[in-house]
Amino acid sequence: MRVAPKEEVAVAAAATDKRTRFHWGLLAAGALGFCLPLTAAVLPEDRADALYHAYSGGGLDVSGPSVLARKQLGKYTSLFGNYYVDSISSASIDVVTTASPYTEYREEKTLGGDFLYEKSIFSLSFTNSEESDFSANSTAFGISHSMFGDLTTISLGYGQGWDTVRRRANKAGDLDPGFEEKADRQRFRLGLSQVLSKNSLVDLNYELITDEGYLNNPYRSVRYLDSSGNYQYQSEVYPNTRTSHALGLKALYYLPYRAAIHGEVRGFIDTWGIDAYIGEVGYVHPLGRDWILEASYRYYTQSRADFYSDLFPRQDAQNYLARDKELSTYVSHGLGLGASYHFAQRGWGFIDKGSLNLKYNYMQFSYQDFRDLRVEGYTPGTEPLYSFSAQVLRLFISVWY
Amino acid sequence: MRRIPLPSLRAALLLTIAASLLAGCGSIEPWVKPYERANLADPIMSFSRDPVADSYVNHVYEAREGARGAEGGGGGGCGCN
Repeated sequence: MRVAPKEEVAVAAAATDKRTRFHWGLLAAGALGFCLPLTAAVLPEDRADALYHAYSGGGLDVSGPSVLARKQLGKYTSLFGNYYVDSISSASIDVVTTASPYTEYREEKTLGGDFLYEKSIFSLSFTNSEESDFSANSTAFGISHSMFGDLTTISLGYGQGWDTVRRRANKAGDLDPGFEEKADRQRFRLGLSQVLSKNSLVDLNYELITDEGYLNNPYRSVRYLDSSGNYQYQSEVYPNTRTSHALGLKALYYLPYRAAIHGEVRGFIDTWGIDAYIGEVGYVHPLGRDWILEASYRYYTQSRADFYSDLFPRQDAQNYLARDKELSTYVSHGLGLGASYHFAQRGWGFIDKGSLNLKYNYMQFSYQDFRDLRVEGYTPGTEPLYSFSAQVLRLFISVWY
Repeated sequence: MRRIPLPSLRAALLLTIAASLLAGCGSIEPWVKPYERANLADPIMSFSRDPVADSYVNHVYEAREGARGAEGGGGGGCGCN
C-alpha cells in the first residue's frame, strides 16, 4: 500500500531526528550555567570531567566526548568551559520511511562564569553549537540568593537563543542556497531550594520557554490519504510560535543509614496542546568509603500536539501539520543504574580526589498514535503502533583540584 | 459611623499579615543548626552530583520528549557555608 515518497521528501537524506536539537544550545547554557550548589553563597568546586557518551536506540546511534572544567579565580569568581561532540549515525524509522540513512557531526562549546557577591551568585554563560545545516548560539544569565541561615535559596534565570536553520539539497550534503531560516528562543526560570530538616531538602522550579521563528524540521513530512486510498507525503507545517510552562518539584531524603532516596514530579503544558507528566524515584547507596551505587526509575507520558496526526484525511487538511513522533501521544519507562569509584581521596599530586563513573540507562517508548510504516500489506491507518527501546551509556572520570 | 467596605478590610488585614511576616523574616532562626547539617553535606545529598553527566542525560530526554524546562540545575550541599 505504501506509495513512494515525493522527490522533495526523498532528498531529505539528513536529519529528520533534528527537531529537538534546536533547544540543545539553550539547554546546555542553562544546565551548565545554573548548576549552583544549594548554598548560593558558595562557588562550585574546582573540578574537571571527561565523559564519553553513547546513545543507541530506534536505529539512531549518537556518541562522543564531553569535557567540562571549572576553576576558581580568586575568592569570588569561578570560570568553566565545556566542549561537547555528537557523532550521529541515523537509520531511524523517520529516516528509513521517508529518506536515507545519514551521518552528522555536531560540536558545541560553552564558556561561563559564576561571580560571588555576599550571599548572591551571578552566573553568565555562552554556548555555540554547530553542525553542517544548523547553528545555534545562546546565552544564559542567572542570580541566586541564599537566605534564612542558608536554608533557602531563590534563583532567577533568563536565557536567549538564536538559531539558524539550513537544509541539505542532496545526499552529498551540499546546502540549499535558497534556504536559510531563523528562530529565536527565550527562557525564564524561577527556582526555590529549601532545606526542610537535617535529613531532607526540596527543589521547586518553574520555567517558561517561548520560541518564535522557523520551528519546523525542514526534512520531516506528514502523510495523507489520496483519492485511491493509498498515502502520499507532504512537508510538515508548524506554527511559528511556541510557549511552554513547566513546573517541577524534587526532593531528597537522607535515610537513617548512609543512603539517600530522591523523587521528582514535573508537569508541562504548551501552546501546541501538549500536556506531559514526568515522575522519577531513585536510591543512592554508598558502599564502604570508595563506592557509590545508584538506581532510578523514570516515567514519562504526554498527549499529542493539536496539529499532530499519523495520517491526515487529505492533502493540506489543516493549517498546521505534524507527524513528528515526539509530538504524538506516548508513554516512556526508564531504568537507570550507576556506579562510582572514588580514588585518591587523600590527594595525589595536585589532585584533591577523583572518581571513575559508569552510568547506564534503559528506556522504552510506546507510541499510541504513531504507526510503523516499515511493515507492508496494511491498509493505511491500520499499521502496528511503533515502539522502540534505547540504551544510554555514560563513562566519565572526574578530578577535583 | 462610616462602614469600611469589606474588600478594603480584607486588603488591610492581608497587608497587616504580610507586614508581620516580613518583619519576622529578619529574625528567623535557622531551624537546622549548622552543627546539624552533616547529612546534608554528604555528597549523596545532591540533586546533581555530576553536572557533565546530568546535562547529557537531560539532552537525551529533551531530544526524545515533547516536554522541556524546569529540570532544575540546582545541586545539593550542606547549606552551611
